[in-house]
Amino acid sequence: MPSPFILDRTSVTQIMAWVLAALVPAIATYVWLFGPGILVTLSIATLTAVGAEAAMLKARGYPLRPFLVDLSAIVTAWLLALSLPSLAPWWLIVTGTLFAIVVAKHLYGGLGQNIFNPAMVGYAVLIVSFPVQMTHWAAPLELTSTHLTLAQSSAVIFGGDVPMATVDAVTMATPLDSLRTGLLRQLTVDEVMTEPIFGRFGGTGFEWLAAAFALGGLLLWALRIISWHVPLTFLAGVWLTAGFLHFYDPGRFGPPWFHLFAPSVMLGAFFIATDPVTGATTPRGKLIFGLGAGFLTLVIRTWGGFPDGVAFAILLMNLAVPLIDQYTQPPVYGGSTRKAKEPAA
Amino acid sequence: MTRELHTFKGGVHPPEHKAESSGRPIHAAPLPRKLVFPLRQHIGNAAKPIVEVGDHVKKGQMIAAAEGAISAAVHASSSGTVTAIEPQPVPHVSGLPDLCIMIETDGRDEWIDHAPLDYRTMAPAELRGKLRDMGLAGLGGAVFPTGVKLDPGATQHCPTLIINGGECEPWITCDDVLMRHRADEILQGVAVMRHLMGSTEILVGIEDNKPEAIAAMRAAAAALDFPVEVVAVPTLYPSGGAKQMTEILTGKQVPSGKRSTDIGLQVFNVGTAYAVARAVHHGEPLISRLVTVTGHVLRPQNFEVLIGTPMQTLISLAGERDGTTGVLMGGPMMGMPVPDLEAPVVKATNCLLVQSRELFPPLPKALPCIRCTRCADACPAELQPQELFRFAKAGDFGRAQEYHLFDCIECGCCSYVCPSHIPLVDFYRYAKSEIWAHEKDKRAADLARERHEFRQFRQDREKKEKAEKLAAKAQAARAQAAQDQVRRAELATEPAPAPAAAAPADPDAKKALIAAALARAQAKKPDAAPKNVDDLPPAQRRQIDEIETRRAKIRELARQPLESEEKNT
Repeated sequence: MPSPFILDRTSVTQIMAWVLAALVPAIATYVWLFGPGILVTLSIATLTAVGAEAAMLKARGYPLRPFLVDLSAIVTAWLLALSLPSLAPWWLIVTGTLFAIVVAKHLYGGLGQNIFNPAMVGYAVLIVSFPVQMTHWAAPLELTSTHLTLAQSSAVIFGGDVPMATVDAVTMATPLDSLRTGLLRQLTVDEVMTEPIFGRFGGTGFEWLAAAFALGGLLLWALRIISWHVPLTFLAGVWLTAGFLHFYDPGRFGPPWFHLFAPSVMLGAFFIATDPVTGATTPRGKLIFGLGAGFLTLVIRTWGGFPDGVAFAILLMNLAVPLIDQYTQPPVYGGSTRKAKEPAA
Repeated sequence: MTRELHTFKGGVHPPEHKAESSGRPIHAAPLPRKLVFPLRQHIGNAAKPIVEVGDHVKKGQMIAAAEGAISAAVHASSSGTVTAIEPQPVPHVSGLPDLCIMIETDGRDEWIDHAPLDYRTMAPAELRGKLRDMGLAGLGGAVFPTGVKLDPGATQHCPTLIINGGECEPWITCDDVLMRHRADEILQGVAVMRHLMGSTEILVGIEDNKPEAIAAMRAAAAALDFPVEVVAVPTLYPSGGAKQMTEILTGKQVPSGKRSTDIGLQVFNVGTAYAVARAVHHGEPLISRLVTVTGHVLRPQNFEVLIGTPMQTLISLAGERDGTTGVLMGGPMMGMPVPDLEAPVVKATNCLLVQSRELFPPLPKALPCIRCTRCADACPAELQPQELFRFAKAGDFGRAQEYHLFDCIECGCCSYVCPSHIPLVDFYRYAKSEIWAHEKDKRAADLARERHEFRQFRQDREKKEKAEKLAAKAQAARAQAAQDQVRRAELATEPAPAPAAAAPADPDAKKALIAAALARAQAKKPDAAPKNVDDLPPAQRRQIDEIETRRAKIRELARQPLESEEKNT
């Protein structure tokens, strides 16, 4: 056995556990502001992910224990569940999670080998395939009179005997969706943003959810599990692009704070774009990665066919990672650049 | 006296475990009955034995001489009889035995004649040669021959001399106790180094977890007639790496692929400085060193150990305990497992770290790399270990080299922080050795090709020369024939001479002629022997004789394996 003979205590399991822990403030806020439906969604995604992970490990001839306890499947499940509408039908969640774990993760070689963020692949598949079901967002409790219990939420998700009126009463278009449809109806930003779904600087309820994601992200940063590079540049990319567009034509483009305080942006910046496996590894690469993802998010939101662009922006940047890494190699000790070959001395 | 310190990138903070062994005084290990001297204890060419089995040797006597430019001699560390020159277990990562000189000690510990060197009046090259013949090599771990490093190069001047007392590896305290107890002598060695290097600035870097050593070195430095700055540097592994210590103290980085003397500085370990002092001021070759014996033993401490002492002796001295799972030579970050405790203490042995399951629990199984880049954050060489790992694993050694594989100092920081517990350094060692092997093959192939091409060239040339010669001969023959014809024509006009005078027709006379020719040839033979070795000075003559005997030995050695093979079959 070769040196070194001692190890730092940090393990992959620990890192993943901290990521899960950092999501807890956001989950709590979610329940508080949107009802307990998200807990059902999270549970379905978790069970599906663990089951799929175990099955794939077995099929690929890998030992179950070390890979199941690394918690990476659960992280994928939670990130996907938090990206999906909290009252989406169960089969939607199962389909997305299966696609994430089976195709995006294991068919690419499992932990550490996937090119694309599995949760975002799952999300992209669902939004492309099932755009209608992907609108079942729970409305902020502030804006509805009907509040679902955990059992009622389960019933909605599992397609139980729930009157359509109830479902309609508790779901609502997201602020981003509302802005998008409003603008399509030739309204100005100011006119659209008088709707009650728009809050102080983001969407009603949604802005607090975004803040909770940011809080968890700051915790990960404080624990040195993520570096500042990606989240900061991601947020800067969103803010600057939105700010530029809004400055150019405030009537047609939403204000930068509104774009920034969408939960998807905070989740993407702190939890998804920071995924080490699919992100850039060099310091300069991380800056480019974050900035690019932020910029693309706004481009897709503004001119794309979908209400939100975080998932596609991150997937596109995932695609560019090998290139980014190759051209941003930092100088090594002694100052030579990567391309400079050693003189044969 | 405060100095602006710089930081190097990366580094880790493993538990120090210094207190276990640093408190006890230096204890002289007793003279063992048997000493083993590997011929390869330093970087460079192995030393060449100059004693034979059965020879009696004295303490400090050279038993193997330095060979080639980068090498160091090996000396008997006590008096006794050479019992064997054969492969023995040695502390080497390969675990393979290597050629060693075995000495059975006579217990008299009788010194060879030795005297201090007057280094100030000696020519620098002569002094360097002396140090090489006294077996000096860097005791900080790399065991690079000291004489070679003490050459400031063409400029004759190396402004900064750094004395490295970092000792950043956990558990090891031999430099610490050396500085605590023998600071004066360390600085005497530094004075010699300063003289050779022409240095004006002398910096001693010591990690701040060794306050006693810092105090002792400062006190000793105050008494000197030249300035020595003792600097406390923050404790951060691997600050004791030569390049890292350089950066901390001066803010300079040694350019990749260059030597530190190229930027006007040179780094020596404190133990090396002490060994230089012993060599110059006492005339003692490098025959002992301090060794920390620590970890899972009853009395962790530092021993003054004769080079060649079997490791088991030291572990018994420190008190062997039940539950020992292995022994490392060196620290837990860069050390290597000792395959056989009969292996001797060598010049590089700074520490014997005895392992137990509690102190060194088995490392968990490795998971795939998740590219978290903790390794890159920890890497003091500022590499991208995760990329090197990817290339090494894929066998893409060219790319690994492009990503500066050979700038890796194998400090182990990356493996230490890896949350997937991947033995990263192992992959780099593997990649390096593959590249070396490939280059060796390539060199061999190049050589073979060159040889083949030369042979072809020679054959062609010979053919051509032969053809030319033949052509010349033919031409000569034709010319002769023409001449003969002319002469014959002339002769035809003259009267014919008497036939008897043309050749001795008598057979006896012919025999006598042949005998005379043979005798002449015989007489000429001594003259045919090379004349340039006739009147040689005795030293050169001796050298030639040595070479001849060595060649005879080699021939004999070359025959031996064949014989043994025959026996086997």
